[in-house]
Amino acid sequence: MVEMRMRDALREALREEMIRNPNVFLMGEDIGAYGGSYAVTKGLLEEFGEHRVRDTPIAESGIIGAGIGAAMGGLHPMVELMTINFSFLALDQIVNSAAKLHHMSNGQINVPLVIRMASGGGSQLAATHSHSLEGLYAHFPGLKVVCPSNPADAKGLLKRAFRDQNTVIFIEHTANYALRGEVPGDVDYLVEFGKANVLREGTDVTIVGYSGSVHQGTRAADMLAAQEEISAEVIDLRTLRPLDIDTVVESVKKTNRAVIVEDDWRFGGFAGELSAQIMERAFDWLDAPVARVCSKDVPLPYNRNLEFATLPSEEDVVDAVLAMF
Amino acid sequence: MALEVTMPQMGADMTEGTLVRWLKQVGERVERGDIIAEIETDKATVELEAYDGGTLIKQVAAEGEVVPVGDVIALLGEASEAAPDVERKPPAETPARRTIQPAAGETSPASQPGRAREPAPAVVASGAPSNGRIRISPVAKRIANQAGVDIAMLVGSGPDGRILRKDVEAAIASPPAPRETAPAAAPAAASRALTMAAVPVPGPRPAAPAGTAGPEPLSKMRQAIARRMTLSKETQPHYYLTLDVDMTAAMQFRETLNASATDAQHVSVNDLIVKACAIALERHPRFNAEFTEAGLKMHSRINIDIGIALDDGLIAPAVLDCGSKSLGRIAVESKDLVNRAKSGHLRADEYSEGTFTITNLGAYGVEALIGIINPPQAAILGVGSVMDQPVARNGEVKIAKVMKVALSADHRVTDGAEGARFIKEIQGLLENPVSLAL
Repeated sequence: MVEMRMRDALREALREEMIRNPNVFLMGEDIGAYGGSYAVTKGLLEEFGEHRVRDTPIAESGIIGAGIGAAMGGLHPMVELMTINFSFLALDQIVNSAAKLHHMSNGQINVPLVIRMASGGGSQLAATHSHSLEGLYAHFPGLKVVCPSNPADAKGLLKRAFRDQNTVIFIEHTANYALRGEVPGDVDYLVEFGKANVLREGTDVTIVGYSGSVHQGTRAADMLAAQEEISAEVIDLRTLRPLDIDTVVESVKKTNRAVIVEDDWRFGGFAGELSAQIMERAFDWLDAPVARVCSKDVPLPYNRNLEFATLPSEEDVVDAVLAMF
Repeated sequence: MALEVTMPQMGADMTEGTLVRWLKQVGERVERGDIIAEIETDKATVELEAYDGGTLIKQVAAEGEVVPVGDVIALLGEASEAAPDVERKPPAETPARRTIQPAAGETSPASQPGRAREPAPAVVASGAPSNGRIRISPVAKRIANQAGVDIAMLVGSGPDGRILRKDVEAAIASPPAPRETAPAAAPAAASRALTMAAVPVPGPRPAAPAGTAGPEPLSKMRQAIARRMTLSKETQPHYYLTLDVDMTAAMQFRETLNASATDAQHVSVNDLIVKACAIALERHPRFNAEFTEAGLKMHSRINIDIGIALDDGLIAPAVLDCGSKSLGRIAVESKDLVNRAKSGHLRADEYSEGTFTITNLGAYGVEALIGIINPPQAAILGVGSVMDQPVARNGEVKIAKVMKVALSADHRVTDGAEGARFIKEIQGLLENPVSLAL
């Protein structure tokens, strides 16, 4: 085990996969000479050369389209979109081609493409550059949606993405890049898709999060334990597609209460989907309506104070929990 | 077009009734006001009046059948009309009970985006339904159902008084009372009845200790008494005031009246008290009221319930509109009421429309009786025996006929000083009994 930041763990994963599989190559804006907007690909151009680490023009639709073509042709590309906000420009390629070709070709075509993108607010990048679109991508059948919360999972999940024959949307929260944690050095270290991680066990309420919001959940659990003597179980979903609803339901059956935390907006967000599934599967075990702690229903403000007031906080989670007792 | 005759709701907590006997047969002409059947509720057997005229074209319910409130029991139509098929509708829309209801438009703090940081108050009656429903979480309901816990008896500790899992588990740990085991055959019906708890729910019976018989099953009346008295004590904060009434003059007054009265008009001590209370209630209308979350409901009629002991339990039917009735009239009606209560032939309004209750154990020789308020009323007067007792009058000890009365009143509606004025009013009226004849 080696302690490293999440961006380093991601780089480790890319390096190991490029070494393991010569068909893996990287494309994206500023990923080569500059080393990536979040320094994830730093040093890879020098190590693997321009043939496998390609800087592209600012043309998201084109880059994704090229990635899809390469994947269809037998390679296993990783395309980095500088942020998830720019993926709107590539949405047609992702949704109408990457997600559907396998189905529409009756299984003749696979699109083994990994699309990495940075997500989330909290960095004063204003409303157009602070989206959390995990739920949007989870909406489309045919895509896998992965959103790690820590360095070890980031490495294991990203390596796992290169073993998949489907398009994987790999979403990294900007607040997590500098997060440090122990990471296994094993080149065969993989984290399975569709296996949620019970970060801590509890008896009174289940707090579910993913990516950045897991951390609000664990801090809230600390506050609840210290101040209210409420024992919270915290679950990190790790992947939204496939979704490990079994682990969530099993936990809710034990605690009888569920709070879902996410950076996305409440209206039409992934928390609504998860809430519905909990009610479908565990209605008779609930002691309170499933609660959602999400961003306020406005475009994210630039002003720092307003930005933090808009995003879900651990205090919001604590309040949601206390309202159930 | 056939008119539907449905199982009426006779009494606030009635959920179903048994059709005891048809008094009109198919093909018979029915006029508005005719008695067409006898219905048995958990309190009494009552006569079902027709609200419309017509020919009885179908008896939908058979004699002996238990029918949920609101379900069709008969059809009236033209003599020539063929009876259409009747679909039994599920008893989903049970009218709201007359007990505590939260103010309309009240929302749960949990559903508001803002903060609801204060700990949930140890809540008012949450067994108390809002709009006929009991607020209970799904898990609490499931566990209660499995364990046979009557949720109407539970107080919820959750937001807005929601009954939570821990409330049910606490109730299982210390069961309030043994209950009947219903046939396991109709789980769906039983779980529906759970919301009103009128029907015993299936569930494991506590194992009887070796060598003893199991618990004695509860009669419907016993269940109703248990439910209503628990509701009262759980939701109505009582305060109590007692005083002595010198009944010497009242007893003489009664003797004088009865000397020239027919048997039917014969005035009892209780009749004097009913009349005194009726006058006092007119002057203190807040004791003739009902507490609701939305505000005090002041009753325009003064219907005084009188507690009547029966072989198994008791019932408190009302002498209706006491305010406008003479003492003689009250005497006649209360005797009739007692007779019909004992034979199980009360009318629905007599036991569902009471606005105040007098409970009198004078005939049993008790000195004093402190009553439990008959919900949702605001007060009850407990009456003891008239006894010869030494009293101090003008510095001398004399023997007087003394009767102890106790007022139990809902503190949400009135306060002690008002209660004191009210009970003093009753005392004054009884000690100057001529005023009762006015």
